[in-house]
Amino acid sequence: MGDRLLYKPGHTACAGCGQAIAARLVIEAAGPNTIIANNTGCLEVFTTRYPESAWDVPWIHSLFENCAAVASGIEAALKYLGKKDSINVIAQAGDGGTADIGLQALSGMLERGHDILYVCYDNEAYMNTGIQRSGLTPYDTNTTTSPAGSKSAGNIRPKKPMPEIALAHGIPYVATSSAGYLQDIQRKVKKALSIKGPKYMQIHVPCPLGWRHESNLTMDVARLAVETGLYPLIEYENGALIGKRQISPKPVEEYLKTQGRFKHLLNNPAELKKVQEIADNNIKKYGLKVESQASSS
Amino acid sequence: MKQFLEGSYAVAEVIKLCRPGVISAYPITPQTHIVEGLAQIVADGELNSQFVNVESEHSAASVVLGGSAAGVRVYTASSSQGLILMSEVIFNIAGMRLPVVLTCANRSLSAPINIWNDQQDSVSLRDAGWVQLYAENNQEVVDLHLIAYRLGEDKSVMLPVMVCMDGFILTHGMEVVDMPEQDKVDKFLPPYKPLYKLDPDEPLSMGLLADPGYYTETRFAIQETQKEVLKFLPKISEEFRNVFGRDYRDCLVEEYLTEDAERVIVAMGSVCGTIKKVVDDFRAKGKKVGLLKIISFRPFPYARVYEALKNVPKVAVLDKSVSLGGMAAPLALEVKAAFCGKKKAPKIISSFVAGLGGRDITLDSVREVLKKLTAKEVNLEYIDLKQELLKDEYGG
Repeated sequence: MGDRLLYKPGHTACAGCGQAIAARLVIEAAGPNTIIANNTGCLEVFTTRYPESAWDVPWIHSLFENCAAVASGIEAALKYLGKKDSINVIAQAGDGGTADIGLQALSGMLERGHDILYVCYDNEAYMNTGIQRSGLTPYDTNTTTSPAGSKSAGNIRPKKPMPEIALAHGIPYVATSSAGYLQDIQRKVKKALSIKGPKYMQIHVPCPLGWRHESNLTMDVARLAVETGLYPLIEYENGALIGKRQISPKPVEEYLKTQGRFKHLLNNPAELKKVQEIADNNIKKYGLKVESQASSS
Repeated sequence: MKQFLEGSYAVAEVIKLCRPGVISAYPITPQTHIVEGLAQIVADGELNSQFVNVESEHSAASVVLGGSAAGVRVYTASSSQGLILMSEVIFNIAGMRLPVVLTCANRSLSAPINIWNDQQDSVSLRDAGWVQLYAENNQEVVDLHLIAYRLGEDKSVMLPVMVCMDGFILTHGMEVVDMPEQDKVDKFLPPYKPLYKLDPDEPLSMGLLADPGYYTETRFAIQETQKEVLKFLPKISEEFRNVFGRDYRDCLVEEYLTEDAERVIVAMGSVCGTIKKVVDDFRAKGKKVGLLKIISFRPFPYARVYEALKNVPKVAVLDKSVSLGGMAAPLALEVKAAFCGKKKAPKIISSFVAGLGGRDITLDSVREVLKKLTAKEVNLEYIDLKQELLKDEYGG
C-alpha cells in the first residue's frame, strides 16, 4: 500500500492491545478495495466512536452477532452490482461474537459459500464487557465469570475448536495466526483473499487488561502461546493441512506465568499437568515439534 | 392486468416489479408462499436478484441490512416468531435509516404456539421506527408495497417500511388483483439511489457508537421524520393515483360512511372488509354506523383520526392484538390519545379485542361490538370469549 492509512491512529484501544495490532495488519494486507462488516466488541468501540472513525475503508457495524450475515448481504449486493470481483468483503469479530453469539450466522455464511474472509480476533474472553469467559476461553482461565476459587481452578472447559468447526463446513481456507507473528498474519490474509469462497482466520490477540500482563509484553506473550503448543499456527487449504509453525516446545508454565489470569495455576501441579496435556495433544495432533519434520511454514 | 391469484403470489409478483437486487428470507407460516413465489421468479430468470437463503430470520434481516447499506434495493418477509426473532435487527435497520421493505404476514405470538392470524407480531414492533402500513385486501397489499418502496427510499424519509397483511386471510386468500404494468411501476418507482453506501471509492463508516452526547438526536430525528411521513404519504398517494388510477386518498386512513355516523368502529387490516358489510347492513336499516380504517399505524395519524371522529358520539376500537397489562388494546390507546386534552371528543371510546390466534371475526362478532358499544365505556372487552374454557383452565 502507499501513504494512505486504511486504519488510522488516534483510536482508543488500550496500550499493547493485540487486537488493534492485528486488525491494522489485516486491513493493510487486504488493501483499500475492501468493505468490512464488524461485530460489536472492543474493536468496534475503540475504532468508531462517533464522530470519529479509524477506518479509511467502507466499514459497517450492525449488532453483536450478525457481521457474517451483514457481510453476506454486502457480498450479495456487490454480486448484483457486478462489482464482487474487484472488492474484498471482510467480516470480523471477537471470540465471543464468533464462537458464541455469532456462531449461527457464521455457520450460515460458511455454508452458503459467500466470497468473504471472516476474521476472528481471539483474545479469549468478553473483554469489552469486563473479562467474562467465552467459548474460546482456555481451560482453567480465571475470568470474572469463571473465577478461580477454593473449589474452582477457573474456566471448566477447553477452547471450542472453532478452526475445526469452520473446516467441517468444507470451505477452501482455514488458518490460525497470532499477533506475535506479524508477517504470518499478512501472508495468510493475502492468501485467503486470493481464494474465492468463504475463508476463516482466527488470530490470537493478547489483551493486557484481561490477561493481566504488562502492555509492553504483548508480542512476547503471543509468541509464548505458540511456542508452548497452546496456540498452534495452522493453515488448511481445501481441507488439507498445508502449513504449520513448528516449535521446540517450551513448558506451558513459561506462558502461564506471564499472565495474572493463570497465576492461580502456578502452585497447582495437578492442573498444570492438565494444561500441559492440552499443549502436548496439539503438538502431537499437528506435528508441531521441530524434530518431527524438516520444514516449517 | 387483472389476475385471480393468491395474496402471497400477488406479493411475489409486485416485488418482482419493484426489482430488488437482494432478497433474503427464512421460512415461517404463513409467509412461505411469498418467498417461494419469489424464489421461483428468480430461478426462472424473470427477476435479476440475489436470493439469499439464510439460517434464521435474524440473518435474513441482517442480510437485507447489509445489502441496503451497500446501496441496493432489498426485500424480506416474515411473520410472528420470525419477526420477533428479527426484532433486534428491525430496530437496528431503522436506526441506520435503511429503506428496507418487509412484508409481515400477520400471525399470533407464542406461547401457546398458534400459526393463525392476529396482529400481535407487527404491533409489538410499533416503537422500532419503521413505517407500518396495514392492508384490507390483496389489491391494497400490492399497491402498498409500491408505496412502501417509494416512501421509504425518498431522500426526505429514509426509513424502513413494513407492509402488514393478515396471515391466511390475505396471504392465502384468492382474489382478483389488478397487477400493475412494469412500465408504470418503473415510472412511479425509479431505481434506488442511496444517499450513502458502502463504497471503496468513498469510504465511510456506518453504525458508529453514539455516546450520551449524540444518541438522543438520532431518536429525535426519526420521530421528526415519522411526523413528516404523515404529510408525505398523501403526496405519494396522489402520485400513485396519477400513475395507476387507484385512489387511497391520504393513505393514512379510510373513512367509510363516518360523516354523519353515530357509531364508528375503528380497525385495521382485513377485518375492515367484514366491518364494511355490517356497516352496509345497518345503513340499509337507517342506522348511522361507520368505519374508520387505519392504514398507517406508524406514523399514527392523530390529527386525521381526530377530524374523522370528533363529532361521533360513540367509537368502538377493534384490536387484533393486546398490550397485556395495559388499560386498553394498542390501537384503542392511540385513538384515545388522539382526543387527549381536546374540546371535541366522542363521549365513548370503547376498546374491544377479537380475532386473536385466528379466531374468526364474523359478521356476528362485529354486530356484538356494536351491541356492546353502549353509554357505558368498556375497555379490553373480549368478543367471542369462551367462558367455559376459562372455567376449565382455572378449575371453576
